[in-house]
Amino acid sequence: MRAMPLAAVPSQSASTAALATVADPILSVNGVTLQYTTQESVVTASFRVSFDVHRADRYVLLGPSGCGKSTLLKAIGGFIDPVEGVISVGGRKVRGPGPDRMMVFQEFDQLMPWKTVEENITYPMLVSGRFPKSEITDRARRFIAKVKLEKFRDSYPHMLSGGMKQRVAIARGMAMEPDVLLMDEPFAALDALTRRQMQQELLELWDETRFTVIFVTHSIEEAVFVGSRVLLLSPHPGQVRAELNCHHLGMAEQGTPEFGRLCKDINDMLFDKQLPEDCSHG
Amino acid sequence: MVNSVQAFVGRDKICPPVRAEFVRESVAKAPVGEVERPLSVWARISNNAAVRRIFVLVVLGLVWEGYAVYVDNPLTFPRLTEVLRALSTDMGSGVLPARIGITMQVLLVGYGIGIALAGAITIVASTTRFGSDVLSTLTAMFNPLPAIALLPLALIWFGLGNISLVFVIVHSVLWTVALNTHSGFQSVSDTLRMAGRNFGLKRTRLVFGILIPAALPSIISGLKIGWAFAWRTLIAAELVFGASSGKGGVGWYIFENRNNLETANTFAGLLCVILIGLAVEMLVFRTLEVKTVRRWGMQK
Repeated sequence: MRAMPLAAVPSQSASTAALATVADPILSVNGVTLQYTTQESVVTASFRVSFDVHRADRYVLLGPSGCGKSTLLKAIGGFIDPVEGVISVGGRKVRGPGPDRMMVFQEFDQLMPWKTVEENITYPMLVSGRFPKSEITDRARRFIAKVKLEKFRDSYPHMLSGGMKQRVAIARGMAMEPDVLLMDEPFAALDALTRRQMQQELLELWDETRFTVIFVTHSIEEAVFVGSRVLLLSPHPGQVRAELNCHHLGMAEQGTPEFGRLCKDINDMLFDKQLPEDCSHG
Repeated sequence: MVNSVQAFVGRDKICPPVRAEFVRESVAKAPVGEVERPLSVWARISNNAAVRRIFVLVVLGLVWEGYAVYVDNPLTFPRLTEVLRALSTDMGSGVLPARIGITMQVLLVGYGIGIALAGAITIVASTTRFGSDVLSTLTAMFNPLPAIALLPLALIWFGLGNISLVFVIVHSVLWTVALNTHSGFQSVSDTLRMAGRNFGLKRTRLVFGILIPAALPSIISGLKIGWAFAWRTLIAAELVFGASSGKGGVGWYIFENRNNLETANTFAGLLCVILIGLAVEMLVFRTLEVKTVRRWGMQK
């Protein structure tokens, strides 16, 4: 599946994905407890969280600040080991970071400033050895075209706007054809108009290539129209509150009563118990 | 909307007047006037850093010449023209180039070994917390110690000779470069580190693939400071025992001419030290910066 040419994925996904959804999830998080250490104490970020992600899911982790959603994503990325529970991708237990789970960060400095746009995308392909050398440039250019940055192929990151940098990061992630693409509030640092455009482009890209993505956000609206399924986490420490479907609600449905109702339900669930929640953790 | 406005008015709060809306079907491409205007020739010349620096040098030279004429004592303060004449004579006769050659040879060997050691130590130190602690402690201890202060010890250990010189140069380069490289590594953002690990890079591959290029601004400034330290240390060391090692370098040239009361030549030696320093700064380090960190927007 991984090394398969991209064009073949959408045509196959309809049949294989339907079977896969029942049989085996691409990613499973099972009873995972995560802790991180600060200078003074050990903090539990999430407690016995379980969920499954299937092929071509747009799976959203949603919760207020301090619910450990970013920590959870980093654990899936392999940067943090769970103190309890198991995370597995494609049936293999996650042990450390790897290019089968490419990550798109919120921060613009995730790009290597000493490499051009194209080099930023080819570099991970080169060092991971996931693709034959002859294919790499071609693949990079294909994905640069997908995120509409052909004119900036040889530009250095410092010449790009924030939105363009995020597009490069997304292209870099997608070009690796990871089992899951992990996105940690990728649009949070963008201005509202650019954010809107990027959300739309992300959905278009997904429609074309049907990659699997886990998307962390703290915006309820973004969760509902970007995601196909939403995992709601309660704050401090993060525990699963609900898992909801929103595959039927896209950007076009924004403003419809159904969209509004779901957003309100989510809002109520997030804030019913602890309304003046302290937001000291990110 | 109108209702809410009236409601505000009713409560005696200030609210802006409601005005008519308008939409323009197309914005006329009427002449906007000045869109872009080239700067004047003078403004462009004064934007050139080299021109400005040369101007500063010319002013300094004039001040020197003026003061020397005023003092009128070539034994203590020769005129710039005399110094330049001495410089060109000794350059032409091959005396000074030979001295420079000797100095540069020792310097480059010491500088090279210093950088290599600094690189190796920092890379080892940056992979573990303990290594990092060891390096921090060592640099904190040795960085404030002037390398020249080790010369007496070096002379006991290695005798009069180039090995002693190289030893003190290595000492002067090593800790500065290591300190700068290490702090450069530490200031690499977590995001970039995680991105590198995400690609599957570990340990030395992560160091060479991500940390070194990302820390290049501090590494280059470490190399610059290390170069200046090495240069100073070597000239000082040569002043102390340059000739005993057989053939003297620029430092010995300065010392020798002072002994002979050839003040103009002494100045020529000093000028030489300055000019080489400037040349290395402008040609080597500036070029390195322009081709790397400035091009990448990591340094203004």
